[in-house]
Amino acid sequence: MTTFSGIQVAGLGKSFTLHNQGGTVIPVMVDGALSVGPGECVGLVGASGAGKSTLMRMIWGNYLAQAGSILVDGVDVAQAAPRQIIALRRLTLGYVSQFLRVVPRVPTLDVVAEPLRVLGVPEDQARARAATLLARLNIPERLWSLSPTTFSGGEQQRVNIARGFAHAYPALLLDEPTASLDAANREVVLSLIEEAKARGAAILGIFHDEGARNRVCDRVVDVTAFTPKAA
Amino acid sequence: MDGSFDLPLLAVRGGSKSYGGRIGCADVSFDLYPGEVLGIVGESGSGKSTLLSCLAGHLAPDTGEIIFQTAQGPRDTRTMSEPERRRLARTDWAFVHQNPRDGLRMGVSAGGNVGERLMAVGARHYGDIRAKAIDWLGRVEIDADRIDDRPSAFSGGMQQRLQIARNLVTGPRLVFMDEPTGGLDVSVQARLLDLLRGLVREMGLSAIIVTHDLAVVRLLADRLMVMKSGHVVEQGLTDQVLDDPQHGYTQLLVSSVLQV
Repeated sequence: MTTFSGIQVAGLGKSFTLHNQGGTVIPVMVDGALSVGPGECVGLVGASGAGKSTLMRMIWGNYLAQAGSILVDGVDVAQAAPRQIIALRRLTLGYVSQFLRVVPRVPTLDVVAEPLRVLGVPEDQARARAATLLARLNIPERLWSLSPTTFSGGEQQRVNIARGFAHAYPALLLDEPTASLDAANREVVLSLIEEAKARGAAILGIFHDEGARNRVCDRVVDVTAFTPKAA
Repeated sequence: MDGSFDLPLLAVRGGSKSYGGRIGCADVSFDLYPGEVLGIVGESGSGKSTLLSCLAGHLAPDTGEIIFQTAQGPRDTRTMSEPERRRLARTDWAFVHQNPRDGLRMGVSAGGNVGERLMAVGARHYGDIRAKAIDWLGRVEIDADRIDDRPSAFSGGMQQRLQIARNLVTGPRLVFMDEPTGGLDVSVQARLLDLLRGLVREMGLSAIIVTHDLAVVRLLADRLMVMKSGHVVEQGLTDQVLDDPQHGYTQLLVSSVLQV
């Protein structure tokens, strides 16, 4: 097994074409570039609408790149076949989005254990890991057997984080992981990030919380530099 | 990882089917790999059910190749003999119909419905067949004491779960599903989705799901194919097609979903 090589983005370009609105073309990124090494946490900064989430989604692969390359552990997400990206997401690349999307009625414990189950981890082991994370993130045990669809925003956010940290992904994308969390839970999330860094994960994050950003990020990348200039 | 993982379970090249001068589906090509779930979406009349019927051998496509990776190696299902194709349909394939009445024998008990498929592949020991039927009824959350009831005494959701048990009991490798959650109320749909996801994961199934419900494919399918007027207008990773649709029709489809 070769060593994990982190994330490298170069020459990234993207525009949206709105076919049902007169074919309007909206350029959103030109020449995007960044790299995140193993054990490093890089923060994306820039005003709202500058393209932080867009860049993150292009690395995750749910937004298509029109130009450039996105290497995640050597796999170019901009060129890879769907099943290569599926394999990458199972094993290598984790993503904590701002939204929790789950099959209704599935218990929280199983929602969190699922990334491990997909990798073939036995049920009891996967659930034990899920229980540890939920307990750390202060989700009361009486809620574990319920579906998270009825939880409060902050609780859903923590379930989403637990799910994102269940498997020790070598690369992690975190979209506002500390938003809508109280001080105690914010602290737990920041230590989870620090532990992931310590085990050698490459982390790219969006943090509006400046204190959090300063504490976990080794450096920041301002996406305004990749915003297309109005002609 | 062994080499067989890299071979597609099903490879379709240029599959077309017309009804007289009318296009059913045209020039469809894709690969389905072991363990993958492919969703096919599109409005009514877009050709998705025609395509599924061609793939499953219920309709004969006019042109194209449909290569299935059998235990004996790749075979074009179009050039197979009818008995060979029927054997495949009983063993390696399964077909879940939208209407459970099309996939079940309504005059036969629930246990009989599940047992019949086992007997079709050679099971003969009554005790074993009944035990396996009870096991599968349990997996699809039907109480064992309903084993001797006929499906006509079941609710729509139970009938659909029974149809799934009947189809999966023989351990198929590829399951075709035509609107498996259509016509069920949403709470029953959710339970069925969870069940299907668990079965796909535990049995390593590959599946092709035809639906018009984008929320269903987001939760179940790894990859998505969008059809319009018989043609595939877009295909890719499910969340990529839904979050960043490239084709005008897909953009319209995605933006037309009602938010709840």
